[in-house]
Amino acid sequence: MHPLELVADLRTFLPPEAVLYESEDLKPYECDGLSAYRQTPMIVALPQTEDEVVRILQICHMSKTPVVARGAGTGLSGGALPHASGVLLSLAKLKRILKVDPIARTARVQPGVRNLAISEAAAPYGLYYAPDPSSQIACSIGGNVAENSGGVHCLKYGLTVHNILQLRVVTMAGESLEIGGAGLDAPGYDLLALMTGSEGMLGIVTEITVKLTPSAEKAQVVMAAFDDIRKAGNAVANVIGAGIIPAGMEMMDKIATRAVEEYVHVGYNLEAAAILLCEADGTAEEVADEIRRIDEIMRQSGAIEIRTSRDETERLRFWAGRKAAFPAAGRVSPDYYCMDGTIPRKNLARVLGGIERLSTEYGLRCMNVFHAGDGNLHPLILYDANQPGEPEKTEEFGAKILEMCIEAGGTITGEHGVGIEKINQMCSQFSSRELKIFHAVKAVFDPEGLLNPGKAVPTLRRCAEHGAMHVHRGEEKFPGLPRF
Amino acid sequence: MQNIIDQFADTIRTAAERKAPLRICGGGSKEFYGNRIVGQSIDMLDVTAYSGIVDYEPTELVITARTGTRLADLEAELYGQRQILAFEPPHFGATTTLGGCVATGLSGPRRASVGAVRDFVLGVRMLDGRGDDLHFGGQVMKNVAGYDISRLVTGSMGTLGLLLEVSLKVLPLPPMEMTLSLQMKEAEAIEKMNLWAGKPLPISATCFCNDALTLRLSGTEAAVRAAHAKLGGEKVAEGTAFWQSVREQTHIFFQPGKSLWRLSIKSTTPPLSLPGQQLIEWGAALRWLISDAEVTAETVRAVAATAGGHATLFRSGESSVAAFHPLAPEMMAIHRCLKEKFDPMGILNPGRMYPEL
Ligand SMILES: Cc1cc2nc3c(=O)[nH]c(=O)nc-3n(C[C@H](O)[C@H](O)[C@H](O)COP(=O)(O)OP(=O)(O)OC[C@H]3O[C@@H](n4cnc5c(N)ncnc54)[C@H](O)[C@@H]3O)c2cc1C
Ligand SMILES: Cc1cc2nc3c(=O)[nH]c(=O)nc-3n(C[C@H](O)[C@H](O)[C@H](O)COP(=O)(O)OP(=O)(O)OC[C@H]3O[C@@H](n4cnc5c(N)ncnc54)[C@H](O)[C@@H]3O)c2cc1C
Repeated sequence: MHPLELVADLRTFLPPEAVLYESEDLKPYECDGLSAYRQTPMIVALPQTEDEVVRILQICHMSKTPVVARGAGTGLSGGALPHASGVLLSLAKLKRILKVDPIARTARVQPGVRNLAISEAAAPYGLYYAPDPSSQIACSIGGNVAENSGGVHCLKYGLTVHNILQLRVVTMAGESLEIGGAGLDAPGYDLLALMTGSEGMLGIVTEITVKLTPSAEKAQVVMAAFDDIRKAGNAVANVIGAGIIPAGMEMMDKIATRAVEEYVHVGYNLEAAAILLCEADGTAEEVADEIRRIDEIMRQSGAIEIRTSRDETERLRFWAGRKAAFPAAGRVSPDYYCMDGTIPRKNLARVLGGIERLSTEYGLRCMNVFHAGDGNLHPLILYDANQPGEPEKTEEFGAKILEMCIEAGGTITGEHGVGIEKINQMCSQFSSRELKIFHAVKAVFDPEGLLNPGKAVPTLRRCAEHGAMHVHRGEEKFPGLPRF
Repeated sequence: MQNIIDQFADTIRTAAERKAPLRICGGGSKEFYGNRIVGQSIDMLDVTAYSGIVDYEPTELVITARTGTRLADLEAELYGQRQILAFEPPHFGATTTLGGCVATGLSGPRRASVGAVRDFVLGVRMLDGRGDDLHFGGQVMKNVAGYDISRLVTGSMGTLGLLLEVSLKVLPLPPMEMTLSLQMKEAEAIEKMNLWAGKPLPISATCFCNDALTLRLSGTEAAVRAAHAKLGGEKVAEGTAFWQSVREQTHIFFQPGKSLWRLSIKSTTPPLSLPGQQLIEWGAALRWLISDAEVTAETVRAVAATAGGHATLFRSGESSVAAFHPLAPEMMAIHRCLKEKFDPMGILNPGRMYPEL
């Protein structure tokens, strides 16, 4: 269909300002948080109701026009990268909180609602929405569902998939589905889980019922510095081995610590090889008890400095650095590239050693922030996009880190999604049979492949061309030989 | 162990060629649950030989085991490291396997506070209806590479594939548990369960039956004692045995021989007016109903649907009533399509969940 015909069709039920097609209007939508990939869409549609979403999809379905969903565009894997001859479907205007039910501890919201806005609406009832990505002031709950986003508190409180009850989803053909229920489970297959993390490939999420969690009476954080990254890794294992599930457990390496210290001036130990932040929450009695035990474990694990937050202001200050890791990277370097592998924690020292070696090899600095409790590593490669060859080198460096994560028994993405960015590494993590199953699942919901084409799951042909070897889940070919 | 997998794959491929249904059999403990498999001359595929723990690192909070492993053995291994399957799966017999636990997706008393089986499943290895050996998810806590097939197959009653290995997140044993009992009427109990669930209290299980609300507190000694002081109530001496009886349905409420309905509904639903006796769990989101024949399946299901949920005929002598709540037509269409993708010949536990699957 001709773009202008499509515009006219959409404008039969959408106001003119909700259907954009002039190039200067399209510009703001050309990329998400991964700005290395850019593409202007043919049309941007901005519906305000589910009914409008349905009608847009029906029209696109009939005219075989690709559709890419977009929430707030903070995604870090190019998931919301537009399609050149497609409609970019922005859910940003569906931003109403439909109901907060303090007794049932749920909130029913539209997909464009910001993550933090839910917690703000629940706060008067002593409740909050637990998953707290660092982007929570900006990112949308619809995007969180599409990426199964996590935050610094997800070891104890779970990811998005653990904190939602019900979804309304519209398929590419324009059919509305009710998935999940008001109870704790639903009959049939677990489509709620299947939808979560499906990167806008299976349907458009138009309504979400989330669980709300009671706010803890108190939280306190221990900040421990170590002169050796291995000791910090062991400290994490020791805390968990002692039967403690901390509310948050984060690690930063020396480069990261220095970068954030320059930015937020928290007073982090700049000589330390690694800083650990370990938080306890609960009742006052519980927290006092747990903090005492954590302190003792850090000491026994060889911490060179231990500080415990004395009040809420100091607790937030300790966290401020960790939460500002990305902007801090942006200050010390013109550009940075954030990776997102997960590994079994026991392999931390080995993988970090490998990253260090690659860093020397490529001549690019890399700072590491780490959701240490659950093994989710965010190496931030620092580079300058204006230096010829650096973007390519950076991408190669990143790809090698991901391959290393697979070899260490982990995965190429813990929370940011595959998107367009890690599509080649999918060929390493999965066999062609497994990829076929992913394509089959996609076909159940979207047989013509019109939703977010080219993302999340590579075609088998692409894998053949990429020539990636299927690294067989951590079973190294020569396990006896040192790897990195 | 690979030779066992090869045998399983052979059996599946042969069955697929002949379009002959297979009945995947774990411990045989949940035979009563779900629907009867449809078809003639159903061959049995016994998974119990494929057993044993593949990998367990307590400090990683992850265990990977073969699905023929007895749940009791797995839990004993965890207990030795002071860790647990936090979702407290019911066993319903000594022979229960990990495969049956994940395939049925059933969780016990701690479910409302920590989550269900599906919340702890991190990865699976399985054979689909073509006999293809597939891995999804992994052994790490966070993983969003590819669609979440591991959770999709959890609770699918063996209709999407034969599970071979499962990785689960485990949690530490709470340092202290205390069981309390408070006398009150049903409406008040439902109100209290919801109210308390909205407070930062370490409540890990609830059960209302016979005008008594029983609560379990789990956590550090300080937290448990403080919560007891806030909530009041009599300490129950045999707390562990009580929760075991609720989990395994040996509690006196679960009289054998009668129809047992399981209504999973919105927790704030006031007392349900249905004939028979009820036992309430999961902060009032789960209502068990023992009823005689006087109430029809349609009535029970309509009541559950109105309360935002669904009803399962959990145990019954009646095979004419479908075990699981009917799906909306558009949802059934998706289910059938998914089934066809995983099991094109329709040979894996056909009819066990729904006649169409
Ligand atoms: C500074 C910074 C910090 C971050 N920190 C974290 C973190 O701590 N943890 C974490 O997990 N992530 C983090 N992220 C990544 C990002 O914020 C999350 O992935 C977030 O969930 C994306 O939400 P969004 O609304 O911006 O989605 P978008 O970027 O707009 O879209 C993401 C994907 O979701 C799809 N999508 C969006 N809305 C819908 C819908 N309604 N229905 C169907 N599909 C939809 C899109 O097609 C796309 O594939 C961070 C990003 C930044 C920039
Ligand atoms: C002699 C005999 C004959 C029977 N004949 C029939 C019959 O003709 N038709 C009929 O419907 N039932 C029949 N049954 C009942 C049958 O045993 C159960 O209904 C069913 O197999 C339940 O599985 P389970 O008993 O192993 O229980 P569990 O081990 O507790 O398993 C529960 C459920 O999980 C599934 N499951 C277990 N392990 C796996 C795995 N690794 N991967 C995927 N799914 C798994 C099972 O198929 C079952 O649906 C018979 C039982 C016996 C003892």
